Amino acid sequence: MVLLTRKIEFAASHLYNNPKFSAEENRRIFGKCNNPHGHGHNYTLEVTVEGEPDPVTGMVLDLKELKEILEREVMQRMDHRHLNYEVAELAGQIPTCENVARVIWQLLEPKITRGRLHRVRLYESADLFADCYRNGAGAAGKP
Amino acid sequence: MSGALKIEIGRRYRFSASHRLHSPHLSEEENCRVFGKCNNPYGHGHNYVVEVSLSGDADPATGMIANLADLDAFVGRQVLDDFDHKSLNDDVPAFRDKVPTTENLCIEIYQRLKSFPKAKLERIRVQETGNNSFEYAGENLEGDRR
Repeated sequence: MVLLTRKIEFAASHLYNNPKFSAEENRRIFGKCNNPHGHGHNYTLEVTVEGEPDPVTGMVLDLKELKEILEREVMQRMDHRHLNYEVAELAGQIPTCENVARVIWQLLEPKITRGRLHRVRLYESADLFADCYRNGAGAAGKP
Repeated sequence: MSGALKIEIGRRYRFSASHRLHSPHLSEEENCRVFGKCNNPYGHGHNYVVEVSLSGDADPATGMIANLADLDAFVGRQVLDDFDHKSLNDDVPAFRDKVPTTENLCIEIYQRLKSFPKAKLERIRVQETGNNSFEYAGENLEGDRR
């Protein structure tokens, strides 16, 4: 099995606020991420696909095809958008790195039909990221 | 769907420390041969990067596996306060009789962080320089220790 990873970047804004909490609780739990006017990040997304190289093309899947899937499913939905207000799949959820990574997995998984989605890693900053993968697959030592 | 998925959060921390690789079980000559310039008697230092990976279910109320403020405070208390701008050989008791290689540093940091109460520690990765990094995930290196 071979793993291939494609990286894309998108810029988006968000804020953390749970309407069930009081204003004070929201501030205490979410800190500066609770700023009502939101804030933004340059997100880096690494999408890893697993599979056997096709004997004729030598490819697990055509990177062009993966690029188009990422453009359609992620860039058009999230790039230069407000994650709280403009992404239907995140409605009602706090757009933490964990939740955004899971939503991206759920968007991509059914679209990747050559090879199989192995891991989604979403960096919110250089020092914070979330990984999403199939339970039991393990992430140690993976790219 | 989400029951079939595993989510981890990875957080990076930095500290600067000095060390010297030297084993009392080896002769001077052997130490010099095995550890090379890392055996310089006065030690040397690195800017270490520690990557902490945690897993768990995101709390539906907060969307978080663990509140980063809790994690930052815990890592600060358990690791950074003791390691940053210190000599690993002289200031960290665990390395009085253990060579402070980054392998051993990974294990020491894992031991110090595994009791984090809010989520499960999956693994520790320590980058000694841009070219060297080491990982420890407890005794099962598959990282699959559900």
